[in-house]
Amino acid sequence: MIQRKTIQCTINGKQVENVVDVRASLTDMLRNDYRMTSVKKGCEVGECGACNVIIDGECFNSCIYLAVWADGKQIRTLESLTGPGGELSDIQQAFIDEGAVQCGFCTPGFIMTAIEILETKKLYTRDELRKLLSGHLCRCTGYENIITAVEKTMLQRLEA
Amino acid sequence: MSVGKSVPRVDAYDKVTGRAKYTDDMVEKNALVGKVMHSTIANGWVKSMDISEAEKIPGVVKILTCMDVPDIQFPTAGHPWSTDASHQDVMDRKLLNRRVRLYGDDIAAVIAEDEVAASRAIKAIRVEYEQYEHVLDPYEAMKEGASQLHDEYPNNILKHSGFEDGDFEEAIKEEGLIRVEGTYETPIVQHCHIEPPVSYCYMENGRYVVVASTQIPHIVRRVVGQALGISWGKVRVVKPYIGGGFGNKQDVLYEPLNAYMCQQVGGRLVKLEISREETFYATRVRHAMTFNIVSYVRPSGRIVASQCKVVSNQGAYASHGHSVVSKSMTSFRQLYNYEKACKVEGYTVYTNTAAAGAMRGYGTPQSVFAIESHAEDIANTLGMDPLEYRRMNMMPVGYTDPFSKNVNYFDSLNQCISRARKAIDYDQKRKLYQEQTGPVRRGIGMALLWYNTAVWPISLEVSSCRMVLNQDGSVQIQLAETEIGQGADTAFAQMAADTLGIPFEKINTISTQDTDVTPFGLGAYASRQTYVGGMAVKKTAVLLKQKILDYAHEMTRMLPEDIDLVDGNIVWKTNKNKILLSLEDLAQEAFYSMEHAQHITAEATAQCKSNAYSLGCAFAEVEVDIPLGKVTLLNLVNVHDCGQLINPQLAKMQVHGGMSMAIGYGLSERLMYDEKTGKPLNDNLLDYKLSTTMDHPDLSADFVENYEPTSAYGTKALGEPPAVPGAPAIRNAILNATGVAINKLPMNPHLLYPAFRDAGLI
Amino acid sequence: MYDIEALYEASSVENAVELLQEHPDAIVIAGGSDVLIKIREGKLAGCSLVSLQKLDELRGVNMDEDGTLRILPLTSFSHITKNPLIQEHINVLGEAVDMVGGPQIRNIGTIGGNTCNGVTSADSGSTLVAYDAIMEITGPNGKRQLPISEFYVKAGKVALEPAEILTAILIPKESYNNCKGHYIKYAMRNAMDIATLGCSVNVRLSQDKKTVERLRIAYGVAGPVPMRAPTAEAKGAGKPASEETAALVAKAALEDVNPRDSWRASKALRLQLVEELTKRAFIKAVELSGGAL
Repeated sequence: MIQRKTIQCTINGKQVENVVDVRASLTDMLRNDYRMTSVKKGCEVGECGACNVIIDGECFNSCIYLAVWADGKQIRTLESLTGPGGELSDIQQAFIDEGAVQCGFCTPGFIMTAIEILETKKLYTRDELRKLLSGHLCRCTGYENIITAVEKTMLQRLEA
Repeated sequence: MSVGKSVPRVDAYDKVTGRAKYTDDMVEKNALVGKVMHSTIANGWVKSMDISEAEKIPGVVKILTCMDVPDIQFPTAGHPWSTDASHQDVMDRKLLNRRVRLYGDDIAAVIAEDEVAASRAIKAIRVEYEQYEHVLDPYEAMKEGASQLHDEYPNNILKHSGFEDGDFEEAIKEEGLIRVEGTYETPIVQHCHIEPPVSYCYMENGRYVVVASTQIPHIVRRVVGQALGISWGKVRVVKPYIGGGFGNKQDVLYEPLNAYMCQQVGGRLVKLEISREETFYATRVRHAMTFNIVSYVRPSGRIVASQCKVVSNQGAYASHGHSVVSKSMTSFRQLYNYEKACKVEGYTVYTNTAAAGAMRGYGTPQSVFAIESHAEDIANTLGMDPLEYRRMNMMPVGYTDPFSKNVNYFDSLNQCISRARKAIDYDQKRKLYQEQTGPVRRGIGMALLWYNTAVWPISLEVSSCRMVLNQDGSVQIQLAETEIGQGADTAFAQMAADTLGIPFEKINTISTQDTDVTPFGLGAYASRQTYVGGMAVKKTAVLLKQKILDYAHEMTRMLPEDIDLVDGNIVWKTNKNKILLSLEDLAQEAFYSMEHAQHITAEATAQCKSNAYSLGCAFAEVEVDIPLGKVTLLNLVNVHDCGQLINPQLAKMQVHGGMSMAIGYGLSERLMYDEKTGKPLNDNLLDYKLSTTMDHPDLSADFVENYEPTSAYGTKALGEPPAVPGAPAIRNAILNATGVAINKLPMNPHLLYPAFRDAGLI
Repeated sequence: MYDIEALYEASSVENAVELLQEHPDAIVIAGGSDVLIKIREGKLAGCSLVSLQKLDELRGVNMDEDGTLRILPLTSFSHITKNPLIQEHINVLGEAVDMVGGPQIRNIGTIGGNTCNGVTSADSGSTLVAYDAIMEITGPNGKRQLPISEFYVKAGKVALEPAEILTAILIPKESYNNCKGHYIKYAMRNAMDIATLGCSVNVRLSQDKKTVERLRIAYGVAGPVPMRAPTAEAKGAGKPASEETAALVAKAALEDVNPRDSWRASKALRLQLVEELTKRAFIKAVELSGGAL
């Protein structure tokens, strides 16, 4: 008998109720039940960061987070950043402008960590940014332009 | 003009919003789940399999074993097929293999309603093996008495080949020559694309539809047909966005097994996701190679003769086989200009490790590590400046390859060296780092790079393109050369815009390949897309433009020769480029004309019968903490001549990615096996040391742009070359810092600590 | 989808103990970054879990009246690092756990999980051992306390009896007062890695900052569990805070450790690291304490 549990949580600002299989990861739930295609599966053991989402303000690899634990939590995925008319947020635009996107598979995870970084409203050095972004693996970009995209957006926001 | 501009990638918006659809984003929720069972021995034979307990597990739909599969051996390499049987890829594996040749060989497959049921079933299958002694090292595998992996290949030698320019034995008789010998070893590494291989398959109208994360849809179609013994037209392959490939997905991986699983459940939809661990041990890896090089040089520095013997670890199955080491051998011949003789010999040897296939650089990251380490060793032996030695001996302008007839048209190597040397302040630092003492020392080093853009004349080079005009004057373009992250879709759109004479924004590259509708081409591999694909784009664009102008002639009564398509308008060339009408107006008429309705489209195939040298260099600066056996890379500068840059920003991004791969190759990456069991030890992203953001310095990429005359848009290889020279540049920098020559990759603490200790530095 | 037979979510510490009594085969899961991976690997596939995830009462860092630091086990690594009490009194612990994996792992991984899995490479382990942490355990018979040295039994095994859970990690004032520590993690990468060797050193200097009054040294991966270096500590106590003492102590540490050969690193490399890292961490700890070498 498969054990299920009803949970309530907020996904990208929307209150939802869901009956989840206790065996499901949050990645499974977001992808299968809500079709959040930005949540990617790269390793399923918390080593690559492709499935990264923000839960109550902090980044988590949703692959090693049980769906039932989302009960009562506020979850944000990359989908939340795009405006109602398809407008891009500053960090998404910076990823395009700085050439931080290649195959695109690690991109959503990186952007969500960037959001956590930017929302601290602090100024970080490039080396500090390297550390804050170190939970994501990318094989295409050498990280160079990703770090630059985050750095530029951080500076822009702090100037504003 | 669009070519030469850093226009934003056409897929960027979808990728930064999470809307870009990859294979697993498209599969229907009701898919059955497939899972592969892998052997737990490295070498042997499946005597029997008991699936009775596994079949009872709720949710299990079907179990397929190596006893059941068709008795068909098939090839997997992403090469064009050859109608010449002697040139066809080696066919040495079945859908599931009873003869186990590596730890993790595919011996059974389960189809279930969910993944938990599938993995429980795999656990419940009882296997009885007959076990043979495994062999992980190619030198051991060639010895008498070693277990034979494939009966058709005695001593496990898949192939042995060689060539000799001049007479080596005669050449070394010259008096006064100095002999330098070195042995250089490279490890098994894995591509580590962030999206693991994944596919799904269902039947529609009696045909197999395979949606897969692949670089080579048309080749997958052929191989699925071959593996299942069905006619190729029965297979349709669809390739959506993919999360990187780097050559691993230039092999046909699990798509044939996926199609077979689908067949065995009556055509129902079956999804087959390959885990990260499986990706490491059961897909493809880069060949580990060992090079022994003996060179004879004059005290002046001129290299007279050199001999190289290379042994390549093929792993359990042929995949790309000997082709990879053949490219290593060619680079040995070409990067340096031996005055009298060059003799090369290579072996590709089966062992009980992961099958080696294509990986970014195709044999040259290995060979260039050996060649450029050796060049440094020669310079050091002679007490010569390493740059001076290279300038004296490297491939000269005007060099023509005896076999391919490729010509080196430009002084690219010198131009690249000059630029990189300045960027990293080589001369100053070289001086600064002399005579260092103490536990932490710095050093600077460099390496050259040679690469051949495409595969002509070894294999077929062909690409086809289709262009379709829309009612609003925009155009769809379609090629089989795939977008795999490198930016091919964008580059093709830029090329098409220029040749057609319409704005870049009006070109829609159809990113998804569908073998039912995408014209035939070979996919993304080598560094051929802009070169070979570019030829197809140009040829097709010229055709489409002619059709447009012919139609314009009807509408304007001006001679087709006197009008042109510029920036989306039909202009009257002989009358100050006066705009006669817009392409949109023309398209509206062509679509809906009561007199002459025509859908204006064009399609053409370009067969490429040329190739081009892509040259460059890397300069590295390191800091070595000797007591800790640790290297910190302070600076890495790559400079490439890949001809005309189509999109400078995209080009730079390609170089960064390649440099990153080279850093891992040089310092940290290696897939390890347990000697006792043949089991992979670090088949995950924690234990396999892919570089993180904190393991890189800022990367510096620059270019020399010599317009390549054989190329449709002046461009040549860039996809792979950046991954090549980094590791030897780092090696030579470590040598400069410490005086210790490390001849093996990766240069991690496991290797450096004993080397420094033995050198008396600790 | 994980192969989990059943999941029981504890609503309180008492409830967790009850659930473990009811389901003696069940495994405790805190953050999940260790247990879920073992389930996926197959090692724990098909297991039942008692989840502590909802027990906010086990999160945070407090100070007892007697100045004892009370670190609650479900506190994530990132929260340890950011905690003002930690920063003020035992900053080295915050720095050490800031080297675990990457940022997302530091948000999910808990200090309790890091110690209860009994792993020698745990980045928190050596510092807790170096500070003589006391483990407060709650079970069917109530609470008990155990020095961390006795808590670690052997590789992968800690002294938790059936139905017991760790409910606090205590750092006595005597331990942290008036001393500074430094941790060096040596790994093959600068992020997303486990320690090849971890070395945590803390010193208490004399008033004039010239003499080492007390020296404590502990390692991860120098033996089957995080361990102290008594010989080296004794060698350094009472000696001048100097580079010579650093070298002396580092050499002496080799008598205390017992690293093994494995594919992750040779014994020879680890011994080299024990000596070198001890020296460097000692020097840094002295500097942090205001000593001039």
